[in-house]
Amino acid sequence: MTYGSAGGRAGDRGTYDLVVVGGGPAGVAGALTAALAGLRVALLDSSARLGGQYFRHTVVPGRAPGLDRFLRQARALSDRAEVLSRHQVWSVAREPDGDLLVHAGSPDGRSVAVRGRRLLIATGAYDRPLPFPGWDLPGVLTAGGAQALLKGNGVVAGRRIVVSGTGPFLLPVATGLAAAGAKVLGVFEAGGALGLARHPLLALGKAAEAAGYALSLARHRVPYLTRHAVVAAHGEREVEAVTVARLDPRWNVLDTRIVECDTVATGYGFVPQIDLGVQLGCGTRRDVDGSPVLEADSAQRTTVPGVWAAGEPTGVGGWRLAELEGRIAGRSIVAHTRRRPPGAAGVELMAGEVAGALSRRRDRWRAFGAALQQAYPVRAGWQGWLRDDTLVCRCEEVPLARVREAQELGATDARSIKLLARPGMGWCQGRICGYAVACLAGEPQQPPRRPIAQPITLGALSEAAGPGDDLATSRAGDPGEPATSRADKPDDPLAH
Amino acid sequence: MTVRPFSITVDGRSVPVVPGQTIGAALHAAGIRSWRATRFGGRPRGLFCGIGVCFDCLISVNGRAPERACLAEAAPGDEVTTS
Ligand SMILES: Cc1cc2nc3c(=O)[nH]c(=O)nc-3n(C[C@H](O)[C@H](O)[C@H](O)COP(=O)(O)OP(=O)(O)OC[C@H]3O[C@@H](n4cnc5c(N)ncnc54)[C@H](O)[C@@H]3O)c2cc1C
Ligand code: FES
Repeated sequence: MTYGSAGGRAGDRGTYDLVVVGGGPAGVAGALTAALAGLRVALLDSSARLGGQYFRHTVVPGRAPGLDRFLRQARALSDRAEVLSRHQVWSVAREPDGDLLVHAGSPDGRSVAVRGRRLLIATGAYDRPLPFPGWDLPGVLTAGGAQALLKGNGVVAGRRIVVSGTGPFLLPVATGLAAAGAKVLGVFEAGGALGLARHPLLALGKAAEAAGYALSLARHRVPYLTRHAVVAAHGEREVEAVTVARLDPRWNVLDTRIVECDTVATGYGFVPQIDLGVQLGCGTRRDVDGSPVLEADSAQRTTVPGVWAAGEPTGVGGWRLAELEGRIAGRSIVAHTRRRPPGAAGVELMAGEVAGALSRRRDRWRAFGAALQQAYPVRAGWQGWLRDDTLVCRCEEVPLARVREAQELGATDARSIKLLARPGMGWCQGRICGYAVACLAGEPQQPPRRPIAQPITLGALSEAAGPGDDLATSRAGDPGEPATSRADKPDDPLAH
Repeated sequence: MTVRPFSITVDGRSVPVVPGQTIGAALHAAGIRSWRATRFGGRPRGLFCGIGVCFDCLISVNGRAPERACLAEAAPGDEVTTS
């Protein structure tokens, strides 16, 4: 069998046994597990290279834990499956015959549709920023954005950097930037007054990792202050300084000082990316932090037959959990293809195949992820950092005052606020402001309602609507690593 | 993948690129951190999320429709225009 030759036509191969969206640890593990079992697999990812947010291929090669193993997996996958990089999926639809049609924008701007009997959603998550005055000044980046610049591009985001927000992710960001030569003026952790010495990482048996961060911060003389946050950024065309506040336990400002800097890296946790699942009608549940995530059973099946989910879309818990979930999903998918006739016996087989060590490890990492989320809640006091003219929605430039106006006009929920004041109606479709608007409305986060997961051109849309669109041509992108050999390799790249 | 550093042109100005970098990263590295003005307030914008979610970083490459600079990998000869 020869799949995935560079330059191949995506649609030429008819219906895949499995289509995977997302080339991070979850998607690659799931796709490879299925491909190694002989399934015909296509994987689509919007980036130029496999890796997702953690295993970014670095321009300057790094030594992230697990990276070598991931690269082996990515190579093995490129040998055995169709890897369509730089393909942004904007919609998935169920065909009358039960197949799933995955629509994506290709690198040349055309629309491509890939057909599969089964779908694995492994689209990861993105940073959850909180608005504050001046947060739209250039030089303010999300923490993940600063990390992506560094790990994926070898670019240090700035010279004098302030890291602010909440959660354990601030630590690798700050230590990474400092090690790369930036002057990190402080890590301002809005949450818990525990300090590094009693960091949850320690309690969770990750003492070495926590100690590593502590040591690195100390070596670079980076202060780590809990109950502190950047509450305003100042500057004409770029950030020139920030206001750092000392906070009470509810995150109300106690007192402030000005810190001169050129860059801010900020993040308050992650938002799971669940649009494709919601489009297909998959059930959702609330994660520990209130984020809507896709409901998945012990075999990573969503509530919609033929659709699996793995990694951050089922709840944020880090790359190890994402990879385990991907592997479990892959096994469950393989079992599903072998189930005949469909019925109770098949279900047992599936359960048997995914049980055991993998599920136990997944459960441990899930508990770890939940504990971290519990340790770093976002407190309501941040709303007091906003001024009337603070932009809540960056795309449509909606200031707080307009949100309040909409509320005075009777908008009681995020949706009516959106209709009246337009936050979330722009390019990002509420991905950046959605959390803040829901908080301001005083309601829990709702699953996103985006009929199209990504903005696409009208041309691409009309192309996709045309007949026979699933035969649209597409060039398979560079999978990132040169394929060494297409011969089957005896070693199992998924093994530790 | 090209292995030697090259340059792209951004509004007529030459910007160096390490192969594999996105256009957004190359601009940021060159100290160009804002390259777009918002529709209503004319506020300066550059990278924010860095991973294709926020659409703050829009640019036009070789005359094509706007693209996200943080996702578009720079290629030799690219002519970038900003708005
Ligand atoms: C910006 C950012 C940086 C991070 N950096 C680190 C870090 O340095 N260290 C760390 O421990 N954790 C980091 N994390 C946390 C990280 O999300 C997880 O630990 C881990 O990467 C999750 O793996 P995953 O497979 O679930 O998702 P991801 O690794 O996020 O992979 C998801 C993939 O799906 C693709 N995708 C999403 N939607 C679509 C679509 N519609 N069409 C096509 N492709 C799509 C994305 O491009 C991505 O490649 C980061 C998170 C973010 C958001
Ligand atoms: S920086 Fe957010 S989309 Fe490019």
